[in-house]
Amino acid sequence: MSSHPPAIDIQGLTKDYPVGFWPKRMRRSLDNLSLQVQEGEIFGFLGPNGAGKTTTLKLLMGLIFPTAGTASILGRPIDDVAMHRDIGYLPEQPYFYDYLTARELLDYYARFSSYTAADRRTRVTRVLERVGLSGSLDVQLRKFSKGMLQRAGIAQAIIHEPRVIFLDEPMSGLDPIGRREVRDIILDLKMQGRTVFFSTHILSDAEMLCDRVAVLHLGKLRGVGAPSTIVSMDEHGMEILFEPSQGRSLSPALAQRATPVGGRYRLDVPEADLYSVLDELRLCDVRILSVAPLRPTLEDYFMRLVERRPEQPSAALETSTR
Amino acid sequence: MSAMPGVVAINTFREAVRDRVLYNLVFFALLMIGAAILVGQISIGIERLVIVNLGLSAISIFGLVMAIFIGVGLVYKEIEKRTLYSLLAKPIRRWEFLVGKYAGLVLTLLINTCFMTIGLAVALLYVDRSFARPDASILIAVYFILLALALVTAIALFFSCFSSPMLSTLFTLGIYVTGVFASDIRNFGALTKNPLLKTATTVIYYLVPNFHNFNSIAAAAHSQSIPFALVWQNTLYALMYVVLLLLASSAVFSQRNLK
Repeated sequence: MSSHPPAIDIQGLTKDYPVGFWPKRMRRSLDNLSLQVQEGEIFGFLGPNGAGKTTTLKLLMGLIFPTAGTASILGRPIDDVAMHRDIGYLPEQPYFYDYLTARELLDYYARFSSYTAADRRTRVTRVLERVGLSGSLDVQLRKFSKGMLQRAGIAQAIIHEPRVIFLDEPMSGLDPIGRREVRDIILDLKMQGRTVFFSTHILSDAEMLCDRVAVLHLGKLRGVGAPSTIVSMDEHGMEILFEPSQGRSLSPALAQRATPVGGRYRLDVPEADLYSVLDELRLCDVRILSVAPLRPTLEDYFMRLVERRPEQPSAALETSTR
Repeated sequence: MSAMPGVVAINTFREAVRDRVLYNLVFFALLMIGAAILVGQISIGIERLVIVNLGLSAISIFGLVMAIFIGVGLVYKEIEKRTLYSLLAKPIRRWEFLVGKYAGLVLTLLINTCFMTIGLAVALLYVDRSFARPDASILIAVYFILLALALVTAIALFFSCFSSPMLSTLFTLGIYVTGVFASDIRNFGALTKNPLLKTATTVIYYLVPNFHNFNSIAAAAHSQSIPFALVWQNTLYALMYVVLLLLASSAVFSQRNLK
């Protein structure tokens, strides 16, 4: 067992917001969230809008206060301001002082880390180059596009070389090239041994980047694990591709279950039922073209999870972490 | 001593400059030039009185407008535009942010007031052709105006921590006006036979800062000397209220959820 504390340790974090004017009611945005992220991991925090992802990040940043539960980052409680020297944060849809230029903004944020003026200059130039803004050093932020603001946001989050970086929807507002560049930055950070915790609803990015992901829905944690594990833990299945024999049509029962694909049919069946279904198909005198395992994506898993009623437990619920 | 408030203060000042807040100095300069020329033509013997009255009143009003309208947005704007989110993720405490914002606006007001005072001095020089020793009281009057502005800024900042700019403006303006007439309100209470009203006016008198204490415009205009003891009293009085208001702002803001 590692002697280092986890990079992020969340225990029973809960947040209620008052809603309505009179009478005021409490609405639970985050419900008893517990998870751990180890140092050096890229951790994806997934969930549809309103799942509680931003609430969690705001709680970790000390922007809002928990109704219940505790959390620590690098072994220090989240209300320890000195700990903030070791973390970086990109808020969702970031907005910065638009009267500043990119260089001035970064210099301003670097001042909080007590660097010398010469060190700040070097860092600012280097990090703006890293996020692809070297051509806009002296442009005021009010003239920046949404994508450029996002890059400036990432730059301010990493300028002081933090050990843990929190990114709230870092790919939002970026074109495919921008998304790829951000993915490269995140992978670079991992190579440097840093921990990246990012929320997203772009599942392909999470699947491509993350060592582990957590799925949040309606404020509740629905599953934690490696993307490949988390999807394979859900229903296993097989895909059968077949076509009716010459001049024959499918029985109504079979036609109802199969999906037409051109002149062929596809049937997804649970792995356990494979042989009985094949027997059934043989009896129907169809030509079986292929039998292949279904490869569910994170998106498939995610969609099934979201469509499931909240009280139904997830098949991939694995809240114990490494 | 933490350097964080200083970093925030310089940025707040830069914001005011870039938002062209100091453009009001141009209007002030034009007002002073116009007044000096006009007064020179229509008043005989009281040019200095008119210029000093007009100049100090303008410094006070221009400063008050800036202190209230920028002050009420100091915190609110940072929350609304979410610029505060990335800032508070840096190693800065919430009270350090507040003190920085406050110091930044006071610095803006100080520089604004300095330039206006220079404008007033030039107008006086145009009318009188020279400065006299009693003119020193003008500088003391300007200092008192600055103390009042620092106090108004602290009040605006306090309301900005939990209220919208419109309500904060109303509250700050309300307290300022009450403070200007604090002595009259107390005298009114003393005249009434209603014990409840008497108690209420006494409480208001002691609770609300007495802004009348900071008004030395008439004395400066009439070349009357201002006692040095009053300078100390007013300084300590303003300082005490500012510290209390910053502590209260900090207590409120430290508990606030930034939605």
